[in-house]
Amino acid sequence: MLIPLKYNLRHLVARWKTTLVAGVTFGLVIATFIIVMSLARGVEQALTTTGNPLNVIILRPGVESESQSQVAKDMYQTIRNYGGIAKDETGEPLASPEVLTLVNKPRATDGKASNVQIRGMHPLSLKIHPALRLVSGRMFTPGLREAVVSKRIAERFQGLKLGERTRLGRGEWTIVGVFDAQGTAFDSEIWADYQEVMQEFDRDAYSSVLVRAVDRAAVGSLKTLVEEDRRVKLTAKSEQLYYEEQTKTAKPIKAFAVFLAAIMAVGASFAGMNTMYSRVANRSREIGTLRVLGFTPMAVLASFLIESVLLALCGGIVGCLLALPINGLATGTTNFATFSEVVFYFAITPGLMLQGMAFAVAMGLAGGFFPAWAASRQTALTALRQL
Amino acid sequence: MPGSDGKPVIEIRGLQKVFAHGDTEVAALENIDIDIHQGEFVCLMGPSGSGKSTLLHLIAGLDNPTGGQCRVLGQELSDMSERDLSRWRNEHIGFIFQSFNLIPVLTAYENVEMPLLLTGLSRKERGEHIEAALGIVGLSDRLTHYPRQLSGGQEQRVAIARALVADPDLVLADEPTGDLDAKSAEEVLTILRKLNQDYGKTIIMVTHDPKASGYATVTRHLDKGQMLPL
Repeated sequence: MLIPLKYNLRHLVARWKTTLVAGVTFGLVIATFIIVMSLARGVEQALTTTGNPLNVIILRPGVESESQSQVAKDMYQTIRNYGGIAKDETGEPLASPEVLTLVNKPRATDGKASNVQIRGMHPLSLKIHPALRLVSGRMFTPGLREAVVSKRIAERFQGLKLGERTRLGRGEWTIVGVFDAQGTAFDSEIWADYQEVMQEFDRDAYSSVLVRAVDRAAVGSLKTLVEEDRRVKLTAKSEQLYYEEQTKTAKPIKAFAVFLAAIMAVGASFAGMNTMYSRVANRSREIGTLRVLGFTPMAVLASFLIESVLLALCGGIVGCLLALPINGLATGTTNFATFSEVVFYFAITPGLMLQGMAFAVAMGLAGGFFPAWAASRQTALTALRQL
Repeated sequence: MPGSDGKPVIEIRGLQKVFAHGDTEVAALENIDIDIHQGEFVCLMGPSGSGKSTLLHLIAGLDNPTGGQCRVLGQELSDMSERDLSRWRNEHIGFIFQSFNLIPVLTAYENVEMPLLLTGLSRKERGEHIEAALGIVGLSDRLTHYPRQLSGGQEQRVAIARALVADPDLVLADEPTGDLDAKSAEEVLTILRKLNQDYGKTIIMVTHDPKASGYATVTRHLDKGQMLPL
């Protein structure tokens, strides 16, 4: 039979000062863990929610991103005549050549330069790309040096606000619209007419071709068609898969989160251990009394271990509360697949908070085991005499 | 139950306890022989260091003898594991400490409930036992009070209620009046006598207060680890 939980809960309240100190120590570790993990989760969310399940992206084989790919102009003509491609209301196949390149722009906050992706698009692109919504201004006019910018990029970089003129490549461009791509990877891009971009950046080939399949079955057959066509020697994958593969950017962030949290957890576990040793020492007479009343050494061990876990869980709650206010805030990092800025949102999800709480439990167990073990190993008489 | 057939509930023969302090050994008890029968109220007296508390601890299974036999309620305690001893103490022994040893974060009711948590009693049954035990010590109106809200005498009465709530065969009291004023000490001793006379409890009380011995049915004296003749 276990010693009742209220015994531990009331001791946590009675010694509220040490509970508070230990709770805040654990809380800071958990908050750090959750915040850094939410960075990784934000990057993953931005990239995995991007793409339409019916869209197929066609690239040069062996490349990781569109910015490294090249598709010759004549190949585009071959591709757009494949069967299985959806058509618009005028009967035009929904196949868009896209040109992706990088421009170096100063950040709004510190003025330091960072790469931003600029996507040259065919007018048909707008029918293929999902989730685009203009929030102000208008769409660029083909044939003119006009661009539309994502709301987040407009906020994060200098000279990219609506109506501003900015240097992209050799010449000055006008920002005529601001769009919201609803948390997808397109929120990290500038969009303009593909022919203007090719001319500006001296490109004679496209980066990729994006096509819309008529249905899900056609996605697979289009992929086969592309890869078996010896004329084009290209590869194809679903747009969703392409962006999912780019989530490798999140891996080093996750590894950093785990590394940082592990180091901090060692410190916090020792702090927790210290607190628990002092609690065991202060309650020696109670331990002796419990043993005389008939509670077994195992019950004493369990009780102090539970108290340590409760203490850490208090820290877990503090950590979640500390981390929660950053939920939904936008930030950016370098996408290591494209070497450009990827804008994303801190995502403090319930799952992440649960992970934080589980981490707290682990720290509580690690910090509490040796003090609890020491408490349970005392004989009743030894405990009673340590006054 | 041991003792109901006239056999002693406690049979101690040639009991020895030696404490080792580095290279030196100190004999706390030497060749103790004593029988205690069901329903007796035995007072163990003696000066500090005479070995009376050590004897009480051996009877409660809180310590192991270095020689001799200590058979309590028909059980040789030195043969039992720590876990079995815990269970045995809960079932058979009620212990009263000099410093009350109540759990400060639990109310009087909850303190008295602690030994019952190790029994199979339902919450309702536990409640009945607790109220009866606190009624015997005259504290029915202090159920929700925490130890810090009680006087020393009241705390010791709660501790007595905790010792008797599981209806133990033996009540062991280690200097139960040592930390109390004269009036409270008298109240506590009166309750112990009531437990012995009205409820037939076998009580062994360690004290060095000569007045306390007046409440017992048998008084035995120890000196320098030896039991003095009656």
